[in-house]
Amino acid sequence: MEVEAAKMIGAGLACTALIGAGIGIGNIFGSYISAAIRNPSAAPQFFGHAMLGFALAEATGLFGLVIAFIILFT
Amino acid sequence: MAGPLAQFEIKTIIPLNIGEYDISFTNSAFFMALTVLAVMFFMIVGMRKAALVPGRWQLSVELCYEFIANMLHDAAGRDARKYFPFIFALFMFILFANLIGLFPYFGFTFTSHIAVTFAMAAFVFIGVTLIGLFKHGFKFFSLFLPEGTPWWLLWLIIPIEVISYLSRPISLSVRLFANMVAGHTMLKVFGGFVVALGIYGIAPFLFIIALTGLELLVACLQAYVFAILTCMYLNDALHLH
Repeated sequence: MEVEAAKMIGAGLACTALIGAGIGIGNIFGSYISAAIRNPSAAPQFFGHAMLGFALAEATGLFGLVIAFIILFT
Repeated sequence: MAGPLAQFEIKTIIPLNIGEYDISFTNSAFFMALTVLAVMFFMIVGMRKAALVPGRWQLSVELCYEFIANMLHDAAGRDARKYFPFIFALFMFILFANLIGLFPYFGFTFTSHIAVTFAMAAFVFIGVTLIGLFKHGFKFFSLFLPEGTPWWLLWLIIPIEVISYLSRPISLSVRLFANMVAGHTMLKVFGGFVVALGIYGIAPFLFIIALTGLELLVACLQAYVFAILTCMYLNDALHLH
């Protein structure tokens, strides 16, 4: 296989990291909403934690994107 | 048409060389200076006429201050209070950098360069490690040994803890850098769709408006995440486990 073609395939594969990030973000907000429905008065207290979890989960997906960029542009 | 990554290009404004080192004044350095000036303007002018009943500007300055003060107190405890100026400066610097970078046509986000974010993360990492070493001496290394570990797992747990500790500056810097690069690239890619689709470009254009809102959220969130993770690392160093 040519190196260029292999690079493209590799960059595409690196983007599969977003599968995990999608599951993680869905999980966080799903849990947050179900918790907020059970106890609406405590919900604002944990919104910060939900946001922190969202940012951390999103970042793991973006690590894959960084790998894709490194493969494509080096 | 320029590619979506052309926006991250560093351009020299004033060329400057010392020996073989290139220390030119670039657009990155320009925006760092602008960010520092913007933060100083926001804080100093907002608090110049400090009133007992604050106006809008003073209130927003106080909100930022109290937000970080509470965060530091909750995450790292009472004796982390003397590190508050550093955490607050870090938070405001990253926040204003991300927000100024969002200005269309004008903005350049220097936090989208790993050199900048890694310098900040390495500073935090080395500083926190030194604080821990000076405070606890040799006992600091018990950080790598979680309490209640059975003795026959030590050979596995200690290397894992050491590696996870050493990877902190990498994850801290790459998180901010990747979020900024991904967000700005996505905005530019959708901007390309608007031009390419002609009259139907209204659909991606509306989407860009929503995306800009998301990017505003991410800009604030990443500054918050950077600051709170610094607080957590500080907590580890001050109180061990």
